[in-house]
Amino acid sequence: MIASLDAGGAPTVDAPFGHALNDAARANANIVALTADLSKYTDLHVFANANPSRFYQMGMAEQVMLSAAAGLAREGFTPFATTYAVFASRRAYDFICMAIAEESLDVKIVCALPGLTTGYGPSHQSTEDLAIFRGMPNLTIIDPCDATDIQMATRAIAAHRGPVYMRLLRGKVPDVLREYDYQFELGRVKLLRDGADVLFIATGLMTMRALQAAEQLRADSIDCAVLHAPTIKPLDVDGIREAASKTGRLVVVAENHSRIGGLGEAVAAELMRADIHPRFRQIALPDEFLDAGALPTLHERYGLSVDAVVTRVKKWLEA
Amino acid sequence: MRDVDIKQTNAAGAADTVSLKQRAYRIRRHALRMGEVQGQGYIAQALGFADVLAVCYFHALTYRAGDPEWEGRDRLYLSIGHYAIALYAALIEAGVLPEDELETYGGDDSRLPMSGMAAYTPGMEITGGSLGHGLGIAVGAALGLKRKQSTSLIYNLLSDGELGEGSTWEAVMSAAHHRLDNLIAVVDFNNQQADGPSQDMLCAEPLEDKWRAFGWHAQRVNGNDIDALTCAFDTARNHDRARPRAIICDTRMGKGVPFLESRERNHFLRVDAHEWAQAIDILDRANAQS
Repeated sequence: MIASLDAGGAPTVDAPFGHALNDAARANANIVALTADLSKYTDLHVFANANPSRFYQMGMAEQVMLSAAAGLAREGFTPFATTYAVFASRRAYDFICMAIAEESLDVKIVCALPGLTTGYGPSHQSTEDLAIFRGMPNLTIIDPCDATDIQMATRAIAAHRGPVYMRLLRGKVPDVLREYDYQFELGRVKLLRDGADVLFIATGLMTMRALQAAEQLRADSIDCAVLHAPTIKPLDVDGIREAASKTGRLVVVAENHSRIGGLGEAVAAELMRADIHPRFRQIALPDEFLDAGALPTLHERYGLSVDAVVTRVKKWLEA
Repeated sequence: MRDVDIKQTNAAGAADTVSLKQRAYRIRRHALRMGEVQGQGYIAQALGFADVLAVCYFHALTYRAGDPEWEGRDRLYLSIGHYAIALYAALIEAGVLPEDELETYGGDDSRLPMSGMAAYTPGMEITGGSLGHGLGIAVGAALGLKRKQSTSLIYNLLSDGELGEGSTWEAVMSAAHHRLDNLIAVVDFNNQQADGPSQDMLCAEPLEDKWRAFGWHAQRVNGNDIDALTCAFDTARNHDRARPRAIICDTRMGKGVPFLESRERNHFLRVDAHEWAQAIDILDRANAQS
């Protein structure tokens, strides 16, 4: 059994990416998939089992996997390539940049273990992938929140022409957005709940945490809005500026990523460029190589747990 | 198995050695004229590789000069982006690019930038230059062509220096694993890298043995001998086993212009302003005598 993220009591969906990719592949015969020895660990085995002739096992060779994805795209196919986020961002960067992004080829790079979603330590913890990829022209970057988001985002990126990097939660994935009137839309933020005291701008699994934190904070009469920003690039600048312009709210950007170079700094820069100056705080991972250990402990230690979020927001409001 | 006999080679399918020599001479001449325009360029590599390119475009490749994106074409990937001046010369000679465009080489808004990029130039299939990329892209394209049941071939042109990149060897393994008999790697072994002779850089030899050990059909030829090259390309195309093919071409940098051949060997050859016309003149006279 591969490790799945703790759902915190929420229902789960098994391998949402693999099943959504199968749906997309039924509609589009040009979709093919590649992996670098991690199909079972990126939920791509679901696709491989259903579409063996459209699946390429490339072995533990991320550079040639991404280059070959570029070659398949050159010949008219839409390849989905999977590995872990650390290996795509750190090891295969040049290939994604020059073989794929420079020519805007139709390659989808889908990577498990984003940010702090494993206790294996820095070799597997992709705490800086958004910082690495945000500087790459042409690349669309997605950090979905849950199973519903992954399913909708997979269909959306399959229909979108151009290179995409998507962070992936795998295995039994919590499913929370079903309860909201939510539709994933590429390049758009979505307001999941409104509130007068705090505006969470959250991405990836931190949107789940922000929603839960907002519930807890309500008990203390703290009224929180949650704006979900699954598309990191291109950022929905208008949507973020509009939400942050509403006066009197503490803006808290929450992400499963280093505080350097991710959504927090992207939002801060856009607000400054527009002369919007709310009180601004970040919930993000420290600029450190993180500890190994049990994931719930690590989320508590590094501030990504619901309790840690609640505690810090209260402290910021008291200050 | 592919039946290469049914493929129609372009223009010079029946070209004899003399006309291929003429093609190589003209490719060298176009390259020198571009070098003269900018006062620089990877001219030593272009002169050294002109015979290989002549055999590619006038013996081996299937293509339509007026339709560089024709689906039925053989793909030629220039992994070595800095050899762009050489490929432009070949594309001009092949009629893909108009000859007068060489006057724009390396200039503002030119379709002929100094490093090869797919978006700029008709006939330039990939953006090379970050070395060690071309062969991996070619692996994917070869897989894609097989998916389409295309009989087109992929030629990837790479250099001895690129054999130092780990990604090249990932691609070498991958091509053999996937039994890519539609992929031909052409290695320019001019034994010169940025910092000195390739053999002093990262143990290139024994080259054919390495490629063979990785599951490829490998040949090594004098890359300035047109007869040997045509024979090697024919052998590579007609090889009947399901494996990728490599042609390692030993070339002489500056070939065809003796004073450049004998100049102190350098990755980026210095050519003084007055020497471009001199080199063209020497080339013309040697051609007139042959």
